[in-house]
Amino acid sequence: MAELTVREALRQALDEEMTRDATVLLLGEEVAQYNGAYKVSQGLLETYGPERVIDTPISEEGFTGIGIGAALAGLRPVVEWMTLNFSLQALDQVYNNAAKLRYMSGGQFTVPIVFRGPNGPAEYLGSQHSQSLQSIYAHCPGLKVVAPSNPADAKGLLKTAIRDDNPVVFLESELMYGWKGDVPDGEILVPFGTASVRRQGTDVTIVGFSKPVILIEEAAAALAQEEIEAEVIDLRSLRPLDRETVFASVRKTNRCVVVDEAWPFASVGSHVAWEVSRSCFDYLDAPVELVASADVPMPYNHRLELAAQPSVASVVAAVKRTMHHD
Amino acid sequence: MAEMLQMLALSPTMETGTIVKWNRAEGDTFSSGDVLCEVETDKATMEYEAASDGILRKITAPAGSKVRVGDLIAINATADEDISELLASAPATAQEGAVESAETAAPDVAADMIAVAAQGENSHLPDGVRASPLARKIARERGINLRTIQGSGPGGRIVKADLGRSSAAKPVRRLPAAVEAIDTVVPLSDKRRIIAARLSESKLASPHFYLTVKVAADGLVSVRSEINKTTEPRLSFNAFLVKLVAAALSRHPQVNASWTDDAIIRHGSVDIALAVAQPDGLVTPVVRGAQRKGIIEIDTELRNLISRAREGKLSPEEYSDSTFTISNLGSYGVHQFAAIINPPNAAILSIGEIFREPYEAAGNTVAFRSAMFLTLSCDHRIIDGAAAGEFARDLKNMIERPISALL
Repeated sequence: MAELTVREALRQALDEEMTRDATVLLLGEEVAQYNGAYKVSQGLLETYGPERVIDTPISEEGFTGIGIGAALAGLRPVVEWMTLNFSLQALDQVYNNAAKLRYMSGGQFTVPIVFRGPNGPAEYLGSQHSQSLQSIYAHCPGLKVVAPSNPADAKGLLKTAIRDDNPVVFLESELMYGWKGDVPDGEILVPFGTASVRRQGTDVTIVGFSKPVILIEEAAAALAQEEIEAEVIDLRSLRPLDRETVFASVRKTNRCVVVDEAWPFASVGSHVAWEVSRSCFDYLDAPVELVASADVPMPYNHRLELAAQPSVASVVAAVKRTMHHD
Repeated sequence: MAEMLQMLALSPTMETGTIVKWNRAEGDTFSSGDVLCEVETDKATMEYEAASDGILRKITAPAGSKVRVGDLIAINATADEDISELLASAPATAQEGAVESAETAAPDVAADMIAVAAQGENSHLPDGVRASPLARKIARERGINLRTIQGSGPGGRIVKADLGRSSAAKPVRRLPAAVEAIDTVVPLSDKRRIIAARLSESKLASPHFYLTVKVAADGLVSVRSEINKTTEPRLSFNAFLVKLVAAALSRHPQVNASWTDDAIIRHGSVDIALAVAQPDGLVTPVVRGAQRKGIIEIDTELRNLISRAREGKLSPEEYSDSTFTISNLGSYGVHQFAAIINPPNAAILSIGEIFREPYEAAGNTVAFRSAMFLTLSCDHRIIDGAAAGEFARDLKNMIERPISALL
């Protein structure tokens, strides 16, 4: 067991997979000579050389398409988007080529590619660079979408993503790169479609993923002070989605709060809330609550920026609404 | 504080009830347990008892009204309280004959579970009840009528906690969903509680012993058919039994007795109760002074008592304070059984079916006759074996030769 940052855990995953499989390569803006905008790829150019760690022009549609072509040709590229906000430039490549070609070729092609980069708000980045775009990718059949909340899952999910024969959108978070956590030694592979129960509880199920998991755990600790025992579920994998773990928990607790830092309309969170409402209807003692970001472009003003996002207080308040304590 | 008095489910399948009459007028005070009105249900006319003390400020469903379970029938309030909001929630259909049934089977709810819910604001909901999906599921499994529950959730919504902690901790056991064999939970009615308490007390307090005699029934059968040739309506078998048992008891006053802590009371009158089955239990109407009544008089009285017992219309003085009880399960094909003594009686007689049997007749021949088993359950505190045996022997003789009852 070693304590690593998320950044180091991601780098270990890339390093181990590039060593294990010579077809794995990394491409994106500043990934090679600059060691990556967030230093995830630090040292990889030295180890694997410029043929496998490739700096690209500032052209997301171009290098995303090159990656997809390389995957069709039999390589296993990892495409780094400097942030998911820039991936919108490449959306046509992802939706219409990566997600479709295995289906439209009748299985003659596979598209073993990983698109990865930071998603969601950080701080002081303004409306255009603070977006949580998971629902755009989770919406499209043919794509897998994962979003770890800690170093161990980051490493285990990235290794699984690289070995998957389908396109995987791997969501990181700028603020999480420096977060530390224990990572088991040796090979770790976290299977897709398995949620993680981070805390056992009896009174309410709180479901989240990625960066907000930590504030959910803080909220659960605060609720425990008031003798409300929350069960915390980290989805880890948005598509495929581990419905059964969520449903089993809600059938036990009879209450559910879903947390997603994206906008509330047509989000992954609102989808999970609907799945719970539909499949656990007879077990619900209160409507499912959704804690989301405010339905506005992200304000630049820092107080407004924080107020627009889910917080410990807003999660606690949602739990209390389900307990009829408001 | 003003509260709504709502129609309760007074029988297991009651969906609507018709108010037969009000025993209290507007302005009267009442105490917990008082009968406020009488309600005709699908099975019987039942008494609507007050769950608390109060003042009958306003009757919203006058006598003759057909009212759905859960609907407002009256308001409990003092004269100076504002009841206009409660009145506004009275259903417009209260006096109309046709009421659509919305709720499925709504079993009895014990009085202490009954809370009055102000449901006026929810009257737009499909069945007038606001409850969480989980609460609805629990209510369905446990047979709870949600109309009788006060919700504690937002807007008065009924939630799991309102249905009792025990249900939350221990969900009703059920088989796997594919089998769909779901247990039915029948809440205890007051009548069921009373039956359970009285019979448990009898079996615990009275040391029972039992003796069984076989009685040849040809004599009784032929006397009855002879008399019934000229009698209309035909006299029932039970009328003969009551008459003959009364005659036997007159000769054995130690059996027609009751135990008290200080003394044994030998009753001057022979008041014979007959167990009568009801849909939700049983009741024991009493023929009083049976020792001095003729069979026709007893038959007429029994006919009246039994039919009203089945309709649940007996008054308490008609089914209490007997001195002896008869239970006849012969019509169900029961051969022989031993009933539990009906307090404060000293004994109960259990009568089985009349059956045909071969027996040794005169001249070493085999013939056939009708016979029946009588079992006497006795309280040994009051009756000893020999006394019970003498009573049984005399009763056997009287039934076998009814003419001997005249002696």
